[in-house]
Amino acid sequence: MNIHEYQAKDILSTYDVPVPRGRVAVTAEQVEREAKKMGGHCVVKAQIYAGGRGKGGGVKVAHHPEQAREIAKEMFGRRIVTPQTGPEGLKVRRILVEEPIEVGREYYVSIALDRESSRYCLIASAEGGVDIEQVAEHSPEKIHKLLIDPYTGLRSYQARKIAQAIGLKGAVAEDCVQFMLNIFRCCIEKDCSQVEINPMVVTKTDWLLALDAKINFDDNALFRHWEYHEMQDFSQMDPLEISAAKFDLAYIKLDGDIGCMVNGAGLAMATLDVLKECGGEPANFLDVGGGANQEKVAEAFRIILQDTDVKAIFVNIFGGIMRCDVIANGIIEAASGNECSLPIVVRMDGSKVEEGKELLANSGLNVQTADFLGEGAQLIVAMLKEAEAAEDAEQ
Amino acid sequence: MSILIDAKSKVIVQGITGRTGLFHTRECKAYGTNIVGGVTPGKGGIHVDGIPVFDTMEEAVRVTGGNVSMIFVPPPGAADAILEACEAQIDLAVCITEGVPVTDMVLARQVVADSKTLLVGPNCPGLITPGVCKVGIMPGYIHKPGKIGVVSRSGTLTYEAVKQLTDAGLGQSTCVGIGGDPIIGMKFIDVLQKFNEDPDTEGVLLIGEIGGTAEEEAAEWIKEHMRKPVAAFIAGVTAPPGRRMGHAGAIISGGKGRAEDKIKALNEGGVTVATSPTGMGLAMQKALAQA
Repeated sequence: MNIHEYQAKDILSTYDVPVPRGRVAVTAEQVEREAKKMGGHCVVKAQIYAGGRGKGGGVKVAHHPEQAREIAKEMFGRRIVTPQTGPEGLKVRRILVEEPIEVGREYYVSIALDRESSRYCLIASAEGGVDIEQVAEHSPEKIHKLLIDPYTGLRSYQARKIAQAIGLKGAVAEDCVQFMLNIFRCCIEKDCSQVEINPMVVTKTDWLLALDAKINFDDNALFRHWEYHEMQDFSQMDPLEISAAKFDLAYIKLDGDIGCMVNGAGLAMATLDVLKECGGEPANFLDVGGGANQEKVAEAFRIILQDTDVKAIFVNIFGGIMRCDVIANGIIEAASGNECSLPIVVRMDGSKVEEGKELLANSGLNVQTADFLGEGAQLIVAMLKEAEAAEDAEQ
Repeated sequence: MSILIDAKSKVIVQGITGRTGLFHTRECKAYGTNIVGGVTPGKGGIHVDGIPVFDTMEEAVRVTGGNVSMIFVPPPGAADAILEACEAQIDLAVCITEGVPVTDMVLARQVVADSKTLLVGPNCPGLITPGVCKVGIMPGYIHKPGKIGVVSRSGTLTYEAVKQLTDAGLGQSTCVGIGGDPIIGMKFIDVLQKFNEDPDTEGVLLIGEIGGTAEEEAAEWIKEHMRKPVAAFIAGVTAPPGRRMGHAGAIISGGKGRAEDKIKALNEGGVTVATSPTGMGLAMQKALAQA
């Protein structure tokens, strides 16, 4: 789960991680008021669920409150496009107004999960403020990594080595040690999958603080952090993805026109791959879960039908222990309720396959069934082409 | 022969009285698995379907002599269940539970590594030695006893792969679903090692997906050590970067975890890679023919 920069900074402050003074605002007038409190000179930062904001015009310096309002007005009025947002960009609904910081040097510090060692990992670099992946690719020697022992946690002498490795000395190095220990403690206690400070800065007066901050929560741990639900900014998410999440369905909108419903993430990815191979373009990724029931299948189908880009639907359920008649009923329930006339191909495997097929055949829907994955994918691509040809002929 | 589980496996189910736990206990029993006991704290002393239930793993192991555990405990208690299985010195713990917090798993995995217990999962379908023993939630009927080992990060995609093998006349020695989470117990290499040493496994089908670098590590190992033909498939060739495809493990981020890199590494390791998800059985046949 994503949160905004200002929320991440709020959390980090409670762990004694120094951050610039700042307030969040939701209108241009509020931005102006906050700027005034800050003495006029301030930084106006758009809060979006994506990095690379600076280049997308999402971070600007204002020299007086009126200018801050003008900048805010402009930011609220448009979408910010960065390499991470896709071409459509993200709306700005919240703005962080921060005191300006005189940066001396910029560093990179993060706690992330290292899958290879199955441990959390402290990553630091003296090359901060830039795309760290670029640094990792071109000069890996500039990245310092420390795998953290789950029993001992991060210890100060270990953090000290890293602080020295990125070139810090004396009192500032000790501040950095505390900084690292604190973000690690935050990462564990708050169940984060990642805490990334880029940049951590040392000011010209030797003050060390987090200039930007990004926190991702581990979705699996949300059950023990109820407060996180209220932190979500739904304006940053696709509406269909929001309604899918309500039903515990994993849905991702894609660019094509064939809606897909599959059980299991791996099989869902493979289904998209085979559709593409057959010349089709998937409209979404949708995983109804390994053991979906009738209600979930119906809900998933409704979500696909809400997407107006969808011109055909491919269902691939390898139920195994799941009963195919139950799946068929879920599809019929949702499709009939929405008067769906789109071409549908259902590939099912599991118990009661014949009963499931018969239910679909008698449903009055424009549906065909397939026994094999490749066969099903070819069939839906062919049915879509046929439907498009018929439509062209009518015009 | 097989790996990890066989006719001698005595299985204890942790979380046996839950809805899912009980359902799959019955399915496994019907398949022929020797389920000797179950654990549900607070329910010790009762029997379900004739299976004795205990309050603790320690007691369950002492009384039944069980050596394998199958875990259905919900996420908040799943890591605890893994630790309890380790302390009871079980040989193999199979954690089916989906949604175990990462911080819990980081610690649990270290405890597992320092114990005699092997862990499969979490968030996995479990494992099966066809016709002999099933410790998991996969449909038994698609499997057929034979000589191909299957190892996979996915659940239902493994069923698809196994069905293709069976349709192609290739039975399986053991199929292991290692799970799709970022932190798991046994990884590809651990399972490949077992297949390499198993006299009754003649070839291996490896099913990977985007995210992480586990397939690349496996490819490296195969190149150096594997004495048997390996075929593979990687799901997510067409997946967009930066988006989490269903489970926490499957994401292309920071230029890492792309399918093309994995396929390249596997090819370099001498693995026959299926380019289409419909060609997994065929790729295995090809790999066997070339050997």
